Amino acid sequence: MPTIARSVPQRWEAYVFPSNFEYFAPTTIDEALGLLAEHGDEAKILAGGQSLIPLMKLRFAAPAVVIDINRVAGLDHLEESKRGRGFLRVGALVRNATLERSELLSSRYPTMAAAAPLISDPIVRNQGTLVGSLCHADPQGDFGSVMLALDGEIVVRSTAGERRIPVKRFLDGPFTSTIRPDELAVEARVPSPEGRFSGTYLKLERKVGDFATVGVAVFVATERGKVMRAGIGLTGVGATNIKATEAEAALVGHRLSDTAIDEASRLAAAAADPRTDVRGSADYKRDVVRVYVARGLQQLTGAKAA
Amino acid sequence: MTATEETAAESAPEKPLDWLGQSIKRKEDDRFLAGRGNYIEDIDLPNMLHMAILRSPYAHATINSIDTTEAAALPGVVAVVTGELLAQHNLAWMPTLSGDTQAVLATDKVRMQGQEVACVIAEDRYVAHDALELIDVDYEPLPAVVNPFAALEEGAPLIRDDKEGQTDNRVYHWEAGDAAATEEAFLEAHKIVAVDTHYPRSHPSPLECCGCVADLNPASHRATIYMTSQAPHAIRTVFALVTGLPEQNIQIISPDIGGGFGNKVPVYPGYVVATAASLLLGRPVKWIEDRTGNLISTGFARDFHMKGELAVARDGTMLGVRVKMLSDQGYAYADAQPSKLKAGLFHIVTGSYDLPAAHVVCDGAYTNKAPGGVAYRCSFRVTEASFLIERLVQSAAVELGMDPAELRRRNFIQPEQFPYTSATGFVYDSGDYETAMDMALDKAGYGELRAEQERRRAEGGKLLGIGIATMTEALGAGPSRDYDILGIKMFDSAELRVHPTGKAILKLGVRHQGQGHETTFAQIVAHELGIPPEDILVHEGDTDNTPYGLGTYASRSTPVAGAAAAMVSRTLREKAKKIAAHLLEVSEDDLEWEHDHFSVKGAPSQTKTIQEIAFAAYTNHPMGMEAGLEGVHYYDPPNLTFPFATYVVVVEVDPETGEWKPIHVVAIDDCGVRINPMIVEGQIMGGLTEGFAMAAMQEISFDDDGNCIGSNFMDYLIPTAWETPHYDLGETVTPSPHHPLGCKGVGESATVGSPAAFVNAVVDAVSHLGVTDIDMPVTSAKVWEAIQGAGAHA
Amino acid sequence: MKQSITVTVNGQPRGAEVEPRMLLVHLLRDVFGLTGAHVGCDTTSCGVCTVLVDGTPVKSCTMFGVQVDGRSVTTVEGLAANGAMHPIQEAFKEEHGLQCGFCTPAMMLVATALLEENPDPTEDDIRWAISGNLCRCTGYQNIVKSVQYCAEQMRQASAGAPS
Repeated sequence: MPTIARSVPQRWEAYVFPSNFEYFAPTTIDEALGLLAEHGDEAKILAGGQSLIPLMKLRFAAPAVVIDINRVAGLDHLEESKRGRGFLRVGALVRNATLERSELLSSRYPTMAAAAPLISDPIVRNQGTLVGSLCHADPQGDFGSVMLALDGEIVVRSTAGERRIPVKRFLDGPFTSTIRPDELAVEARVPSPEGRFSGTYLKLERKVGDFATVGVAVFVATERGKVMRAGIGLTGVGATNIKATEAEAALVGHRLSDTAIDEASRLAAAAADPRTDVRGSADYKRDVVRVYVARGLQQLTGAKAA
Repeated sequence: MTATEETAAESAPEKPLDWLGQSIKRKEDDRFLAGRGNYIEDIDLPNMLHMAILRSPYAHATINSIDTTEAAALPGVVAVVTGELLAQHNLAWMPTLSGDTQAVLATDKVRMQGQEVACVIAEDRYVAHDALELIDVDYEPLPAVVNPFAALEEGAPLIRDDKEGQTDNRVYHWEAGDAAATEEAFLEAHKIVAVDTHYPRSHPSPLECCGCVADLNPASHRATIYMTSQAPHAIRTVFALVTGLPEQNIQIISPDIGGGFGNKVPVYPGYVVATAASLLLGRPVKWIEDRTGNLISTGFARDFHMKGELAVARDGTMLGVRVKMLSDQGYAYADAQPSKLKAGLFHIVTGSYDLPAAHVVCDGAYTNKAPGGVAYRCSFRVTEASFLIERLVQSAAVELGMDPAELRRRNFIQPEQFPYTSATGFVYDSGDYETAMDMALDKAGYGELRAEQERRRAEGGKLLGIGIATMTEALGAGPSRDYDILGIKMFDSAELRVHPTGKAILKLGVRHQGQGHETTFAQIVAHELGIPPEDILVHEGDTDNTPYGLGTYASRSTPVAGAAAAMVSRTLREKAKKIAAHLLEVSEDDLEWEHDHFSVKGAPSQTKTIQEIAFAAYTNHPMGMEAGLEGVHYYDPPNLTFPFATYVVVVEVDPETGEWKPIHVVAIDDCGVRINPMIVEGQIMGGLTEGFAMAAMQEISFDDDGNCIGSNFMDYLIPTAWETPHYDLGETVTPSPHHPLGCKGVGESATVGSPAAFVNAVVDAVSHLGVTDIDMPVTSAKVWEAIQGAGAHA
Repeated sequence: MKQSITVTVNGQPRGAEVEPRMLLVHLLRDVFGLTGAHVGCDTTSCGVCTVLVDGTPVKSCTMFGVQVDGRSVTTVEGLAANGAMHPIQEAFKEEHGLQCGFCTPAMMLVATALLEENPDPTEDDIRWAISGNLCRCTGYQNIVKSVQYCAEQMRQASAGAPS
């Protein structure tokens, strides 16, 4: 699928009005999976629709079948599971506006809580979903890097069964994910934090509603002052969201000192692979990654207890 | 106070004796608040067809063939129109407002990306768009000319090979001022300060795109065309000339307009094709532009490459200014501006300063881009001029080590110098620049700000910048000796009828797009005749039912049509006096006028109100006098008006990332007498926001192949409430000596003047690092690059 | 191909037969004749098409008409009741919160949703809430003042209301 908007549309004539399609509005997951089994290749799932419908209006996407899951029961949960070490479950119909207002997120998942209000604009957030955004796999999508930083995973289901895919394997390239055409993404999961933890998301955008020039997701969990787990995800500076693994590794086992922060932000900048465009030069974006990672981590030095 | 008393007090508000200067609530609001505005897209006629436009993906290409067979065969499609078909009716090309030509639908070549190539007319607009996909155009791409400097080089591909005698890409060469005197002034200079900048291509992009519904009745031969037009009368004349339809059979109705800002002045191909299609098919045809069509094909603004130099003496006295400007016109010269002035009013580049010498050299070049440029919230290129001089003054202050406010103070035209003839020939009507600037500096806390700036520079962290612009513009075009569009003089008109019950209807040749004419112009009549504004209907935008006028743009409505409204009211008052004399059985000389009635001198109880007189005008008028109370006035302004302002912008800049934001914006505007201060302030805040938008984010750019970057609202950025600063307004009032009410016009001042204040502020914040200039839009990336570059060269 | 839907529009049940691809904004404007929602950008950027679906603001150019089957839609035409303006309409008039009027219906609907959630918003709260809606005329400041004025009027009205 071509990139939208940020490249030049080649089809001026096709703006505004979508092509025709067949529309289904299943009410159960099984019904939705049945429709996907039948129409998978030519079908698109409609959840929030805030990426899909604009693409269809441009006719960059012209699916023969649209499966609207908004009436499917059991996909709007936002809760913590205590199973195993515990994890957050975000159902496929949880809107970004819900995430933005969630006490659970602001107390337990600060990176997500910081990112949610920075997704697009307030009206779009009323519809848009985290799971849908991940499936759209836009390298400038904010939640991709948040989920990479937090080691999140996606739960997908088909009539053949269920798979759990770590986000770093789910995001496969610009606008492509490893979900199969007959699969429905039903939930995103994020491991529950342990120890003292904190996180944030910093985004440089030209205006509200803009895609990130640079976005930086950071997360640390510490024990006795030392970093036990670190997550750094980068938005807008590569062909996909980037998990800055070397920068993460540089933090683990250390105190969140200025030296450690400098080193991590340097490594994160090195992990970025930005392109020069109207938002700025590659050098500029790389340097903003460095500054933002440093600032993000400095904000976390007062990490709170779980 | 008891509840009853409260109610009584509220129900009997004291009527203002004079409606001038009252912030009364807008008469036009109720329909918009109810969702009952009547915009172009709301117009729905029986049997109406829908039109969609196929546009070129190439900036420059030869069209080998267009195959419309499959599209025409799609069920629901009624017709597919191409340039070839239009050429048979001599409609493939049309004149622009600058007397150039522009293709309606391409025949030989496309000369810009997004150019109109074919139109589908269908029963349903979804189907019309389906059919566009089925049209097969065979293009042969040609090298695109994107850079205007390259366009003028020898051997550049010739863009307008369709025009006989056109051998290069030059549109015009034009000069103003005195070259020799300026040369001499520069020889005396202590310092010569230079600014080399590009005022980027911008777009007015009102939230409503353009559109029309063309309804040619095959039985009556009348063409009723509903159109998003700021200038319906001029458009009707152009349509009559282009189509050959008799002008009396063309009615242009400009319904409610969802913003214009200059975008809706020109004639666009969509209007012409829809009209032709309705003529050919005998059914109404509706065309509603989409946003990409609006941004890539309709009148852009600005796009001036300017090299300015300012000569200053050791003490800061400005000696002269000289400018070389190259205008990137796109593939057609389509400035909506007076025909004698090739670069509009750009030669007002001496600004608010007593500059004895000036010389301006302007060239225009064709490029493979959309035609323009329109006066985007601007009086014909005043915006570019104001920006240049205000940036030059800022740079001069830095070079001289002088405070920029002090440098301005030293060089302002003084109040006693008005009327002041500028070095390029403008006659400034009135002004008091220092008072406005002092008020602005005071409001901003200028002295403390400079101290705070130093403190922050020493401590690190976010930097503070203070930007000043002391703007003077020229508007209210214009006196017929100098100002015309396509030969039509730039007067404007008002027709007033007071009915027997004392209620009036005022018809105007202008067309508002949100400026509040329905209220402001009613207040003008109310002020002159004493008829309350609620009893006056203001009617605009219907060429059958309003007097001829040139339209609303370039802040000309109040200066020109407002004057016409005052003058026609005064004519009616003269007639009313005769009727009053007749009714009171006294001589006219015995009467005196007060607010809304005539009374007999020395016998104040003997009165006739305007309502009583209006009734008599139809029921009991003097023998020998024409019945009725009605008149029309065509106002030819004796001069332009020259409003001025000081804008002070305070910004915070993050030196690590280049991010910046305005934290205090002060605007002291002097637009002469304010008719409705609430509306005036609304205009100023809107104007400031578009000034901020241009300074910070708005830009239409192109890649090397001529692909437009900025073809939708994800790439062409318009600030939201979140980025937009809070404004701190103030005013001084220096009436225009030649306008009947002392008004000067205000719609555009803040857009003209404020961009320089924003840019000056950001440059000021980082000037200690060696940064001297940053081109608009001032993005965080550009600020960062400027800091890096300055550091590297330090 | 067409599907039959039933929608509660401004409190009244309405039925229509529509192609699934028809956008909600076109359903409202072309089928139901409610022209208060406008179209300004096509890329979900400008927000002039905003209406309330089950009380929540949505950009009606980015939702299909079939999606509101069985749901409730409020447009600007539903704000006034019994011939009296809604307080938000009065407030926009009072504070000169509109000029050309094209973004106004959307701005007012978003404002009512904000005030429902937050009856006493700060200037920043309001600017944030309307940041998905562009206005080209006003510079937003008077829109902010309008929302504040409305909040004040509504608070006074509820304080004065008999308990």
